Amino acid sequence: MRSFHNIRSDFPIYDSHPDLVYLDSGATSLKPRTVIEKLLEYYSSYSANIHRGVYAIAEKASEEFEHTRSDVAQFIACTDSAEVVFTKGATESLNLIASTWGEAQVNAGDEIVTTIMEHHANFVPWQQLAIRKRAKLKVISINDHFELEIVKKQDRRDDREDVQIDLGDWITPKTKVFAITYVSNVLGTINPIRQIIQNAKRFNPSLIIVVDASQAVGHMNIDVNNLGCDFLVFSGHKMLGPTGVGVLWGKRELLEQMPPYQFGGDMIREVHISRSTWNEIPHKFEAGTPPIAEVIALKEAIHFIQSFDVNALREHEQNLTMRALKQISDEWGDDVTFFTSRHIVSQSGIVSFTLKGIHPHDVAQILDETHVCVRAGHHCAMPLHENLSIPASVRASFHLYNDEEDVKKLVEGINNVFHTFSRKGYIL
Amino acid sequence: MSIYADLILDHYQYPRNNKKLEHPTRIIDVSNPLCGDKLHFEIVEKDGKVQEIGFTGEGCAISIASASMLSEHALGKSTEILRTLTKEDVLGLLGIELTPNRLKCALLAKEALLKLISH
Repeated sequence: MRSFHNIRSDFPIYDSHPDLVYLDSGATSLKPRTVIEKLLEYYSSYSANIHRGVYAIAEKASEEFEHTRSDVAQFIACTDSAEVVFTKGATESLNLIASTWGEAQVNAGDEIVTTIMEHHANFVPWQQLAIRKRAKLKVISINDHFELEIVKKQDRRDDREDVQIDLGDWITPKTKVFAITYVSNVLGTINPIRQIIQNAKRFNPSLIIVVDASQAVGHMNIDVNNLGCDFLVFSGHKMLGPTGVGVLWGKRELLEQMPPYQFGGDMIREVHISRSTWNEIPHKFEAGTPPIAEVIALKEAIHFIQSFDVNALREHEQNLTMRALKQISDEWGDDVTFFTSRHIVSQSGIVSFTLKGIHPHDVAQILDETHVCVRAGHHCAMPLHENLSIPASVRASFHLYNDEEDVKKLVEGINNVFHTFSRKGYIL
Repeated sequence: MSIYADLILDHYQYPRNNKKLEHPTRIIDVSNPLCGDKLHFEIVEKDGKVQEIGFTGEGCAISIASASMLSEHALGKSTEILRTLTKEDVLGLLGIELTPNRLKCALLAKEALLKLISH
């Protein structure tokens, strides 16, 4: 297994920007050289379409493409690679589920459950489905520890096995779908998904559970069977892979029942003047020419992540997160408000905060003066920001290429922000 | 170069015309939901001129400074002239260059002002 020492030499962007302090991996991650070279390899060596040609380079492209499918399956511990559908990202995966499975299965009077900490991509498709179908949308809120309110007891040891979930007020026989994020893209909270799913299915065994793993994948182990979910989605670009490719994993029987999402090439078996039949899964959901190079290169991202011990990776990001939280609060105390769980077990690698009297956009802009890249805004989570009663926040998010020097630069950058705004005694 | 020039920070901390008017002839609310900036502008327009102007709101330093500077700029001017206000005029008042992402912060006040004086 690799260590994190010298890891930056694998990321060419640091060659072009040696001073870069990239703390926006929650938006998109940096790409290792192997991923970039694989994209180039496809375009320069076998840039043919897939699943069609019988000539050598077309066979090679198809083989590389399908190889990624089996690598993704293995990566999320699924034994049937036909359950892995390539989409253009987590957003498309979620829209696909809502508008095929959801459209067919959700009726007037049914209930859809989701949470206040969802990214818009796992909120709005369900909200709109509920409106279209006259179903009821129920939204689980959070508590003071930035955990879902259904998490009744939080074990303080480094062990989540005895966490208690109570979905009794939320899941009823009318609940058709429960859409929940694995990790909040603002709070960094890691939801105890396995326990939540167990509890939810106790109240309604036929309930379908959709997990948005966009902020989890590449940071922790994902095992779809162990989780017990029905669908799980993520994007390639947040896990060191290319943009434009995402994954929809779904249980075979569900994918087989679902109508197609789009019509066109590859998803079809037979077309006649008055009727058509569909291809097998996963191809039924992959109409048209997919992002071939991006899918092919996605497996290099998986291999890169797999070259590290996943526990060491978690520990690396936890250390950076806790270090940042401690240093920022030691330095400025009450002038900083965190919107981040301080409990190491339930915290991924995200630190969201606001500085007293300074708008998050101004914070991010001044941090940029020292090449510190953070996100400012509502991070596509407006319902959550409304719930927290803030218009926006600043978010620093870590990945495996970050180090203690990055935390130091962030802390110095925040110092500079306060200095800029206080140099004429404007604040403080 | 920092866009946080002393002039910008001065207008941010001590915004001019930061008040409600007693008898506004027109009022308007504008917002930029992406960053949470909100501005409320009021004017008294008489004889084709901005006789009084006031604004309240919340936002980043650029949006508040821009609102403050534009309110000073507009006071006493004819609405006919103000209708020709451009993006460059606003940037000229601020005295800084902005990236496309921050431009919308600077132009929120202009949007409010132009809506107020349009007929």
